[in-house]
Amino acid sequence: MMGRTIFIDPGRCIGCQACVSACRECDSHRGKSMIHLDYTDEGQSVASLPTVCMHCEDPVAPCAEVCPADAILVTADGVVQQADTTRCIGCANCVNACPFGVPKIDLGAKLQLKCNLCYDRTAYGLAPMCATVCPTGALFYGTVEELQAERPGVQVADTFVFGRTEVRTGVAMVVPADKVQWPVPGGLPVVEINGKDVRP
Amino acid sequence: MTADPRPAHPGATADPAGPSGRRAAVPLDPSLAPPGTRAFRDAGGIPADQWHADQNGETLVPTHCCFCGIQCGMYLRVNRAGKVFGVEPRNHDINRMRLCPKGINAYQQVNHPDRLTAPLMRRSRDEEFAEVSWDEALDFTVSEIRRIQEMYGKDAFGLLGGASLFSEKTYLVGKFARVALKTKHVDYNGRLCMVSAAGANKLAFGIDRAGNPFSDILLTDCLLIAGSNLGECFPVLTQYVWGARDRGATLIVIDPRETAVARTADIHVALKPGTDSAFFNSVLAVIVEEGLTDEAYLAEHTTGWEEVKAKAAAYPPSRAAGICGVPAEQIVQVARTFARAPKAMAWHARGIEHHSQGVENCLTVINLCAATGHIGKPGAGYGTLTGQGNGQGGREHGQKADLLPGGRSILNEEHRRQICEVWGIEESELPTAGTSMMEMVWQMQRREIRGLIGICNNPFVSLPNYRVVKEGYDAIEFHAQFDFFLSETAANAHVVFPVTTWAEDDGVMANAEARVVKHNKAQEPPPGVRTDTWVMCELARRLGAGDKFAFADSREVFDELRVASRGTVIDYYGITYERLEETGGIAWPCPSTDHPGTPRLFEDGRTYHDDGRIHLQAVEWHLPVDPYSDEFPMSLTTGRTIAHFLSGNQTRRLGALVEQSPRPWAEVHPSHGFRTGEPVRVTTRRGSEVFPALVTEAIRPDTVFVPYHWPVPTAANALTIDALDPRSKIPEYKVCACRIEHAGELDLVPSPPMAPGHVAYPETQVSRTDPSPPTSPQGRGTSEGADAP
Ligand code: SF4
Ligand code: SF4
Repeated sequence: MMGRTIFIDPGRCIGCQACVSACRECDSHRGKSMIHLDYTDEGQSVASLPTVCMHCEDPVAPCAEVCPADAILVTADGVVQQADTTRCIGCANCVNACPFGVPKIDLGAKLQLKCNLCYDRTAYGLAPMCATVCPTGALFYGTVEELQAERPGVQVADTFVFGRTEVRTGVAMVVPADKVQWPVPGGLPVVEINGKDVRP
Repeated sequence: MTADPRPAHPGATADPAGPSGRRAAVPLDPSLAPPGTRAFRDAGGIPADQWHADQNGETLVPTHCCFCGIQCGMYLRVNRAGKVFGVEPRNHDINRMRLCPKGINAYQQVNHPDRLTAPLMRRSRDEEFAEVSWDEALDFTVSEIRRIQEMYGKDAFGLLGGASLFSEKTYLVGKFARVALKTKHVDYNGRLCMVSAAGANKLAFGIDRAGNPFSDILLTDCLLIAGSNLGECFPVLTQYVWGARDRGATLIVIDPRETAVARTADIHVALKPGTDSAFFNSVLAVIVEEGLTDEAYLAEHTTGWEEVKAKAAAYPPSRAAGICGVPAEQIVQVARTFARAPKAMAWHARGIEHHSQGVENCLTVINLCAATGHIGKPGAGYGTLTGQGNGQGGREHGQKADLLPGGRSILNEEHRRQICEVWGIEESELPTAGTSMMEMVWQMQRREIRGLIGICNNPFVSLPNYRVVKEGYDAIEFHAQFDFFLSETAANAHVVFPVTTWAEDDGVMANAEARVVKHNKAQEPPPGVRTDTWVMCELARRLGAGDKFAFADSREVFDELRVASRGTVIDYYGITYERLEETGGIAWPCPSTDHPGTPRLFEDGRTYHDDGRIHLQAVEWHLPVDPYSDEFPMSLTTGRTIAHFLSGNQTRRLGALVEQSPRPWAEVHPSHGFRTGEPVRVTTRRGSEVFPALVTEAIRPDTVFVPYHWPVPTAANALTIDALDPRSKIPEYKVCACRIEHAGELDLVPSPPMAPGHVAYPETQVSRTDPSPPTSPQGRGTSEGADAP
């Protein structure tokens, strides 16, 4: 299945934001971080979860599909690039289309910003900056075999379901071995649209 | 600039598989796969050093992080103009490319607009600082030293060093005090850090360092972490902890708060602050009761076991549970898990060390390891996590009030003679032992110490009981401070010497494993800035001791240090700069240049006491010094947040870190009826301050936590008590009695003082004064920034 990619393991995340700081250091968008770090269980626990671009494969990159300016390039190796600044019109369609809430808009510059898997590094065989520094290995870059060799028994998922739509991603998520469910529910289940009950 | 000895770019040797060191079979030759395709990337891409070659004349200087005691390897990116402008992860053995946010942002200090670039001076505290020439500042300092010492005696002048200095500089601090100032009053801020562990290790093992390297964590079956918010204070160590967990090791965490690591522990014991030794005694009692001790090991390798056993028996779980506020079953569970594990390890940090019985707390942990025979084996042993980068090395070579280089005692005649020989002075000239850092401040308050030089420390934020500290410093007639930013303490001084950052000089530090690592100079200091070494040597010359301080650079100091440590337990003789560069670090003792160093202690079963045994010590638990009462029923405990380092003088100026933790907070349990963000007043017998509440179930209902990196009016250390451990003289930061109540409004977090003519980053300023509440369980901002809802 997947080649060398990022694996996200929320069970290891300590919410340290090293990934956020590292992302700011990336030469392709220096000074701005493309990582969202969420504290999922505020008031009860210190659990946290990083979100990077999932580099959707099937359907190919909803953000790119909806872009009216054809600004988002998906490379031959499946990396969904940040919008091309000479094309992007800052319309935020991609922000609305992304099921994982990844792209951001720089309102001042009217430009989209998103993780491009540190293409300047990965194209040359290096790991992305966030997965390189993540002190806990909550973000891991490599192949699934490398991951499993290091963490025996680890289970990963690369297919997520949003309502009735399944999305297969280039980036995968570690799921608890005893709770493997396929595909993994992503986001909240959709129960109604415009007041209409759409539950299956 | 130190030339980059052509280090491989991280990617060249980096193993994307991470810590395991395994590389999956690469099926394809990258030259056969077109760039930009997944096959190309999966085949390893272009060799990373080739990629690097076209980076605009940039060089990567291999060095280490300046902050905590892990000492992660990193490269500093240096541009064509010779300026540090970025960081690149480095595949060093300690951290394997990992860095925490402090490490990633550290480089921003180097050319920060707040850097001091000329000496600042004023003749009295009523005047404003003015920038003056080096000569003027040095002459004034020397004349004040002379005046004070002539009027009140040599010991009326004191010196306070720091454990973030390179070891060469800490060696010079000790030598400068004794040889140039001829005062007995010298101590350092490591006194606030891990001297309790040092004292306990010295008592039990005759050697003051961790017993095992970090890599042993990966081999253990049971990892006990006591009093360490490891995830936030030593984030890079979590990869070892998770690695152990992957192998099926059991994780036990002892901490009043449910920290990120405690959250994932198999057993989290949330005990009441200040009850650690009762807890560990009780664990030992269960181990004895259930026959889980390693009697053969005890008989062969220890002394004092009978007393220890008898004392532990006074703490059955039924009694300890009441003292510690935890279920008795949990004590039994910890005892069985630790004792039955084939290999077990205990790591501790300030949580058990910052107490008026800090040494004893550490001794109870040692007793536990010894009783179960978990010592001196791969995956079995003990360690203490050093807070400051050179917390370990900073105390080894004579910066401490009672120690001479190589950990020799200043009270031992033989030791004194040896050092006087190295230094070329008469034994009668060598002062005796001085007092500890907090005691020196009390002496300043009483006008027994009238003048002070501070190097690399910020007691206005870091010492407990701020009022006493301020009084002490205000009472002295002359105060000079070495720093590269104008810290809260430097702002009180008469003279401030602008000195180098870690990136502008060579030197070594010893990390928490006692592994000595080499830091390399990455850029020339800004004009007007000198190295601490230069300033100390120049002051010594003007004081008439120039011949003893004729050091041109760090290497010359290091070579004298090596000789001065020769033949001691802390033997650096075999460690040279060249060897450090080749090996990536050597653990002492290392007596000869062909000795590989000693990463793991006691493998032969012998300790560093003459009889080769572990000297076990019986411990009686006692209440914390500050008594609880109806008025002050709760415990206040303090600690760090991941984004900041110690007094925050460095990290409170770096935008990304300020955004992550803009201000302190008071962590309280929901049972007190606060809402997150509401102002809560925390009052102790020493003062009262208001913080935004962070309401979370991750803390005991009887405990309040406040991080300590900020100055008054939101300084945790305005509330903490200046009670000391009688042996290590470490302050009791981790517990004092307090009460909490609703408050009207929040105090703003003040900005660090600015040097003349400097402005801080505007966005840093905004974050610093923004009073919005913390936004998450750890009080961190979200990744969106401090203004997120
Ligand atoms: S660097 Fe790793 S552990 Fe830290 S917040 Fe990011 S994903 Fe979590
Ligand atoms: S863990 Fe410590 S040494 Fe490593 S990057 Fe962070 S502060 Fe620096």
